[in-house]
Amino acid sequence: MPVPEHMEFFIDPNRCIGCQSCVQACGECDTHKGHPMIHLEYVDRAISVQTTPVVCMHCNTPTCAEVCPADAIKVTEDGVVQTARKPRCIACSNCVLACPFGVPKMKTEFELMMKCDMCYDRTSVGKKPMCATVCPSQALFFGTREEIEQIRPRSVSNNRFQFGQQVITTKVNMLFPKDNPIQHLNVTDAMNEQPVDQSFTLEMLMDAIGI
Amino acid sequence: MAKLPVTLEQLTESFGPHLARSTGNRLETGIEPDSVVKTHCCFCGQQCGIQLKVKDNQVIGFEPWEDFPFNRGMLCPKGVKRYLQGAHPDRLVTALKRDPSHPSGFSPMPYAEAIDRVATEIKRIQAVHGRDAFALLSGASLTTEKAYLMGKFARVALKTANIDYNGRLCMVSAGAGNKKAFGIDRAANPWSDMLKTDVVWISGANVAECAPITTNYVWQAREHGAKIIVVDPRITPVARTCDLFLPIKPGRDIALFNGILHLMIENDWLDHDFIQNSTVGFEAVAEHVKQWTPKFTAKVTGIAEKSIRQAAEWWGTAKTSFLMHARGIEHHSHGVQNVLGAINIVLASGRIGRENCGYATITGQGNGQGGREHGQKCDQLPGGRDISNPEHRAYIAKVWDVSPDDLPQAGVDAYEIFRKIDKGEIRGLLSLCFNPKVSLPDNAFVTKALEKLEFYVAIDFFLNETAHHADIVLPGSLHEEDEGIVTQIEGRVIKINKVIDPPGEARQDWRIIQDIARQMGAEKGFTFASPQEMLDELRIASKGGVADYSGITYEKVERQHGVFWPCPSDDHPGTPRLFEPGSWNPIAKGTGPFYFPDGKARFVVAGYTPPTEDVDTEYPIILTTGRVISHFLSGSQTRRIGPLVDQYPEPRVEMHPRLAEKLGIANGDLTTVESRRGNCTLKAHVVTTIRPDTVFIPYHWAGRQSANQLTISAQDPISKIPEYKVCAVKVFKARD
Repeated sequence: MPVPEHMEFFIDPNRCIGCQSCVQACGECDTHKGHPMIHLEYVDRAISVQTTPVVCMHCNTPTCAEVCPADAIKVTEDGVVQTARKPRCIACSNCVLACPFGVPKMKTEFELMMKCDMCYDRTSVGKKPMCATVCPSQALFFGTREEIEQIRPRSVSNNRFQFGQQVITTKVNMLFPKDNPIQHLNVTDAMNEQPVDQSFTLEMLMDAIGI
Repeated sequence: MAKLPVTLEQLTESFGPHLARSTGNRLETGIEPDSVVKTHCCFCGQQCGIQLKVKDNQVIGFEPWEDFPFNRGMLCPKGVKRYLQGAHPDRLVTALKRDPSHPSGFSPMPYAEAIDRVATEIKRIQAVHGRDAFALLSGASLTTEKAYLMGKFARVALKTANIDYNGRLCMVSAGAGNKKAFGIDRAANPWSDMLKTDVVWISGANVAECAPITTNYVWQAREHGAKIIVVDPRITPVARTCDLFLPIKPGRDIALFNGILHLMIENDWLDHDFIQNSTVGFEAVAEHVKQWTPKFTAKVTGIAEKSIRQAAEWWGTAKTSFLMHARGIEHHSHGVQNVLGAINIVLASGRIGRENCGYATITGQGNGQGGREHGQKCDQLPGGRDISNPEHRAYIAKVWDVSPDDLPQAGVDAYEIFRKIDKGEIRGLLSLCFNPKVSLPDNAFVTKALEKLEFYVAIDFFLNETAHHADIVLPGSLHEEDEGIVTQIEGRVIKINKVIDPPGEARQDWRIIQDIARQMGAEKGFTFASPQEMLDELRIASKGGVADYSGITYEKVERQHGVFWPCPSDDHPGTPRLFEPGSWNPIAKGTGPFYFPDGKARFVVAGYTPPTEDVDTEYPIILTTGRVISHFLSGSQTRRIGPLVDQYPEPRVEMHPRLAEKLGIANGDLTTVESRRGNCTLKAHVVTTIRPDTVFIPYHWAGRQSANQLTISAQDPISKIPEYKVCAVKVFKARD
C-alpha cells in the first residue's frame, strides 16, 4: 500500500529544540534498528541553541539516484526515495557526495548507503513516521496540508529549492515564517546596562581579583 | 559504619553505571512481541503515554501511544530509550550485604535473612536511641500507592516522625506558595488552557529540556497569536523564539514580579472586580510594591528597564494568559516568596479559574504531584492533611485503626535528616527512590553523614551512589514491574500498568516494606495483597481532604484517560480546572472558589532578599544548576542507558565568551569551578546564550563530576527547599 498522497511531511526548523528524540526514535525503526537516519545539527552553538533536523527530502528527481552508477537507489510509485538496494550498492559514496541536502550516509560496516525512507514500513500501513510521531515540539510533522495550514497559520511551506543552477522540488516540505522573521536573540541586549546590584560590577570584580 | 566497603572503582566495576544498548531481541527486526502494553514513561512529571513491547518477560522496545491526550504519541529521547533500563547488567536481583572482603564490596544473601537483619536493626536502634533515631527517605517517582504506604509505614510500623522525600528538592516551594495563596497545591489548569491564550509567561523553566512536550503547547499558543515571555538567565530552546526574553540575574525573581505588579497598578492594568470579590490582602501588597519602580527593578534584576516595561504592558493588557514556573524560581532560599510574587501578578490580573486563563507550576518528578499529597512528607498525612491538625490526625488514625496519640508529630526535612545523622540524633536510615549523595547540595557533608550511620538499608533496582554506603540492599522494582496511579503535571491521575515481572529475587517495593513490617511484628495494617487494595484504603484516607481521591478508581482512570483530582465521589468526573466561579470545595463550602473558609485567594507580600550566598571579591561569579534533556535527576537510571549517555556524556560548565575571555578560558578547556564547599573540574562550554556574570552546570552526575559538590545547603525557611539555583563561585583554567 503506497503512502497516501494527501499525507505529507513538513519540517519546521524554527520549532526544533535539539532534543534528538527523532534521532533516538529513528534508530528504533524495525527496518534499520540501531541505525538512525536523521541528522540533527546545531547551526552555531556558540551563539545560539538553534538546531535543525534533516530527514531525506525525497526529491522528485533525486540526485542520489541519478548519480548512482549501479542503479541501486529506487523510487517507489508514491515518490519515496529508498535506501540503496543491498545487492546493487557498491558503496562508492557518489550519492553521499552528490545529495544537495547532505542526507545519505555510507555505512561502511555494511558497505551500504542508508538513508531515511520516510519510515516506509510505517507510512505504507497508515502510520506516521516514527520521528514525526515522537517529536515533542512537532518540528517534524506528518499530516495533511489542511491540518498544517490550520495549526501553523504563521508559516508558509515550500518544496522548491535552488542549489547553484540546480532546481529541486521535493516530496518533503519546509516551513518558513510568513513574516516577522525571528530576530537573533542576544542575552546581553536585554540586560540592564548597569548591573549594579550589591554596588559593584563584574568588571570591577575582575579587576579586584586581578584577572 | 557506612563507609564505602571497597574503592569507588571496585564498586563501579561491579555495579556500574554500565551502558545498556540494544542487543539480542531488542535489535532483531520483524520480531513479533508477546504483548504491547499501554503505560506511561518512568521519568518526568508529564508522564507521557507510551506502549511498551514485551517479548519473553523483557521490554524490547516501544510504540507511540497516539490516543493518550496529553502527549498524543510525542516523546522525548528519555521516553524513547527508557525501555533499556530493563534487563540491565547493573540490575540488582538479590539482596546484598556490605562485605569489604568481597571484591565488589557486597555479597549476595538470602532475601528472608536480609529482611530479618533490617527488622532487627530497626528495632535495636529504636530501642536504644528512641523511635525518631530511625529515619526514612522516600521518593516522588513512586506510585501514589507506594508513597501512601511509606507514610503509613513510618507513622504506624516504625512510629518515627522522621520521614521525608526527594520532592523536598523539587516541588515544596511551589506547594507552600500555592497553599498560602490558594489553599491548595496543584496546577490550576489543564495544559489545553494554554492553547488559546494571549500571553504565556514562563519563569525559571527550561521547558524544552525539562518538560519537552509542553513546548508544543507553548508554541501552539504562539501560532494562534499568543505572546511568549521567558524569564531565565540562559537562552533555553524555548526562549530562542520567544517574543520577549528577560535575562534575569539568578535569585532576583521576586524583584521582577514586584516590579511588574508596580507597573500594573501604575497603569491600572488590574481586574478590580476580581480583586474586590475574590481576594484579600491586595492593599498591603500594593503598598509593598510601591518601592519597585522600573528603574529599581532593573537595577536589582539585571534586566533592561524597557524590557520590564514591555513585559508589564503585555501581561497587564492581556485578555487571557497562562503563567508557568518551575525550579528556576523555586530552588532558592526565598523560593516560596518567588512563587508568591508570581501568584500576585496572576491574582491582580484576575486571569485564573477560567477557560484559557491559567497558572501552573511544572512538576518535575514522575509523581511529583501525587507523591506530595498522601503522607511521605514529614509534616503531612494522606489527602493533603496536616499532621499537626488534631482533626486531621483523628481522621487518619481512625482509617489506620490506631490511637491519634500514637501518631508521631511532624519530623524534619530531608536535609535536616542528614544534619541529625551528623549530630548522632539519627542512627539508622532506610531509603527508597532517593539518591541524596548526588542530589543534595554540599554533598561532601552528605557523604560525611552517611559514613556515620550505624545501619543503612537501601531499596533500589540499581546500586545508586548513596546505596554504596548501605549495610543491606534490597532488590526493588522497576516502574514497569508494578502497577499503580501517579498524578502528572496537570493534576491528572493516570495509571501505570505492570508490563513484566521483576527478575530474580527482586520484588515490588511495597512487598518489601510489608515484609519488613511483618518481621518487626507490626503486620497489622500492612497486609495489602495488591496496589488496588492500597488504593482502596487511600481513597478513604483522602476523602474529605483537599487532595480528595475518593472517587478515583483504576477503571475510571483508564476509561477517561486520567482523572483530575479532586474527585470526591464515584459519580464525579474529576476537576480539570480549579477555581472556576461557583465551584465547590470542602474548605470554602460554596462561599467562593478558593480553598479558604471565605473562598477568597490571598495576596501575600513577597519581600525581596538577595540569595544567601551572594558574589563577592573572592567568589565573584554566580553558579546556577539545572538539567539537560537526555538525563534525569541524579542520573541513576539515565547514566546507564547508552544512547542517552552518548547524547550528553559528561557535564560541562557553560559560560559567556565575555567571561571566558577575561578568565583566559577557551571552549573545551578544562576549567575548575570552586565554591566555599568544594571544587569541580569540567570542560568549558563557551556560548553567548548565558548571562556573563553566571555559569551553569547540569547536576545529573556523581563524584568528581557532581555539581552538588559546589552548591549551598541554604534552605527556604518555609519550604526547606535547597538553594540549587544560586551560589558564589570562582572559576579558573584548571591547573595541570
